[in-house]
Amino acid sequence: MLDMASPQLTRSVLYLDGITVTFDGFRALNELSLVIEPGEMRAIIGPNGAGKTTMMDVITGKSRPDSGTAMFDGRIDLTELDEAEIAELGIGRKFQKPTVFESHTVADNILLALKGPRDPIAAIFGSRNQIAGERIDAVLETVKLTEHRNRSAGALSHGQKQWLEIGMLLAQDPKLLLVDEPVAGMTDAETAITADLLREINKTHSVVVVEHDMTFVRALGVKVTCLHEGSVLAEGHLDDVSADPRVIEVYLGR
Amino acid sequence: MIVKKLLEDGLDRRTTIALSAIALAILLVPILNLVVPPGSLLHVPDDKVALFGKYVCYAVLALSLDLVWGYCGILSLGHGAFFALGGYAMGMYLMRQIGTRGVYAHPVLPDFMVFLNWKELPWYWWGFSSFPFALFMIVLIPGLLAFLFGWLAFRSRVTGVYLSIITQALTYALLLAFFRNDMGFGGNNGLTDFKDILGLPVQSKTTRVILLCASLALLGLSLLAARMLVASTFGKVLVSIRDAESRTRFLGYRVESYKLAVFVLSAVMAGLAGALYVPQVGIINPSEFSPANSIEAVIWVAVGGRGTLIGAVVGAFVVNWLKTQLTSGVLASIAIYLAVPPAIANKAFGAEAWLFALGALFIIVTLLLPKGIVGTISDLLERRKATERPPETAPAASQPAE
Repeated sequence: MLDMASPQLTRSVLYLDGITVTFDGFRALNELSLVIEPGEMRAIIGPNGAGKTTMMDVITGKSRPDSGTAMFDGRIDLTELDEAEIAELGIGRKFQKPTVFESHTVADNILLALKGPRDPIAAIFGSRNQIAGERIDAVLETVKLTEHRNRSAGALSHGQKQWLEIGMLLAQDPKLLLVDEPVAGMTDAETAITADLLREINKTHSVVVVEHDMTFVRALGVKVTCLHEGSVLAEGHLDDVSADPRVIEVYLGR
Repeated sequence: MIVKKLLEDGLDRRTTIALSAIALAILLVPILNLVVPPGSLLHVPDDKVALFGKYVCYAVLALSLDLVWGYCGILSLGHGAFFALGGYAMGMYLMRQIGTRGVYAHPVLPDFMVFLNWKELPWYWWGFSSFPFALFMIVLIPGLLAFLFGWLAFRSRVTGVYLSIITQALTYALLLAFFRNDMGFGGNNGLTDFKDILGLPVQSKTTRVILLCASLALLGLSLLAARMLVASTFGKVLVSIRDAESRTRFLGYRVESYKLAVFVLSAVMAGLAGALYVPQVGIINPSEFSPANSIEAVIWVAVGGRGTLIGAVVGAFVVNWLKTQLTSGVLASIAIYLAVPPAIANKAFGAEAWLFALGALFIIVTLLLPKGIVGTISDLLERRKATERPPETAPAASQPAE
C-alpha cells in the first residue's frame, strides 16, 4: 500500500513506483521506480526497447500501467487521468520526432501552446483570441526563433522545429517537462545550443530528458538513470553510471 | 466587441469579394427574372432560377463539409444524411400545408397515410403544421443526430478511414429506414405535391425567386460564419487537430469537444441547406440519403479546393453545372454533330456518361490539382507576387543555409 505521507512521495514532483506495462505479453516496463525532485533535471539513457518512451506514455496518460503507482506533485494519481487533464496539470511533453503544427506560423504554434483556457467556447469568443503578442515574443526570444516568427512551422529546419517544440512546452508553463531525444539529428553546434537551452529552462522547471547522445548528456551534467528491459539498471552521476559494468555490457559497449 | 473582432479577423479579401457577389445576385436576379421582359438578352428564365437555387443549396452543403473535412480532417462520407434530414423536416411542414387539397382531400392526413389506411397522424408528425416548429426541427434533428454520432465516435477516438466508413453506414442505414412505408415518411415516393410555403404558392415565379434569395442569404451567412470560425483560435485548433491530433491532445486540448462542436455546427448548416432545397425541387425521397450523394459532395469540395471555404462553393457550382450540361445530352449532340451514329452517341455519351465524367474529374483533380481550383489559383498568385517582390525583402532569404 502506498504511504501518502512518506517524505519521498510528498517532496517529489514525479513519483513512479513498481510500474509494469505489458503489450501482448511483452513487458515494456517491469516494476519501474523513479523519483524526480522539484527543480531537478534527470537524464534517462538506455538501449532501444528499454522502455524510455513507454515510461513517457504512462506519465502523460497515453498508456495505462497494469500495476504500480504514478503520482504527480506528491498527491495526484496520474493513472486515472487522460492526456488533456495531465497536460492541464502541468506536464508538458516533447516527442521523439519533432511534432509542430506545420501549416501554422511559428507564432501561432506558440499561441496555441500558451497557458490559458482551452475549451472550444474560449477559442471562439474568449480570451485566447486576445492573447498578447509579448507573451509569444518572450517565448520565441528564449528559444531563439524571434526572426522566424511569421514563417510557417513546416518551413523550419529540423533543429529549429525541435526548438519550436521546446518553446511550445515552455509556453505551456508546465511544472515538469518530458523531453524525448531533443538533439536527435542535430549538428554539434545545434546540440550545444540545445543543452544551454535546457539548462536555462531547468532554472524554473523540473525536466526529464531521454537521450542517446552521450556528449549531450555529459554537457547537461545532471543525475543519470540507465533503463534496461523496463527497469532501472543504474542511477547516479554519469561517471559512476558509465563505469558500471552492467551498463557497459548492455548499453555503452566495451 | 467580440463580434467586431471576429468580423475583422474573418473578413479577408476573398471572403469580401464572395459576399459582395452573393449580395449582387440577391439584388439582380429578382429584377432580371421578374422585371426584365422574357425576350430581352438580360432576362433570366424561370428554369435557370430553379436550377441556380439548387446549386446554391449544394454550395452550402459543400461549405459545411469543407468545415469538417478541410479544417478538421473529418472525412464525412455521410453528410448527405444531414442535408436530407433537414429536407424531410421541411417536407413534413409542406405536406401539412396541403390540407384538403390532396388527392384524398383528408384534412389532416397526407395522401400516403390515407393510402396506407392510417387512421391518425403519428406523434412525430405533430406540430409540423407550424413553421416555427418545423424550423426548430430543421436545426434540431440534424444537430442532434450529429451530436449523438459524434459523441460516440469521437470519444472512442474513431478516426480516419474507419470514421469515414461509419458515416457512410449511417447514411445507408437512414436510406433503408426511410424506404420503409411503416416509418411514416412516405416510403419510396417520399414527400411531394407541395402546395404552399408560408401561405405562398410553392410553384409561383415570385416564390421561386424568394426561395433562391433565401438560399443565397443562407450561403452568405454560412460563409461568413464559417470564415469567422476558422479565423479564430478555434479554427487554428481545428487545423492543429487535422495535422497532429495527439500533439494537440498533449497541449491540453479536448480534441473530442472540438470535433463534436464543428461536426454539429456543420450538420446544422447542411440541414438548413436541405430544408431550402426541398421546396425548390418540389420533392424529398430516400434517394437523398444514398451514399453516392454524399460522395459527390466530397468531390465538389475536392475539385474546388479543400480547406479554403470559397473552394467548396466554387466546386459545388462548377461540378453541378458540368453535371447539368453532361446529363442533358450535350456530349451526345456533339458526337452526333461529329458524325457518330445517333444510336451509339446516345448510348455512349448520354446521361450515364456523367458517372464516368465524375470519376475522371476526381482522378484528374487528385493527380494534377491536389489543392483544387481555388488552392491552385491562390498558389499561382502567390508565386507571381513572390517573383515580383525584390528578393532581399523575402524573410527566408536572409537566413544562413542549414
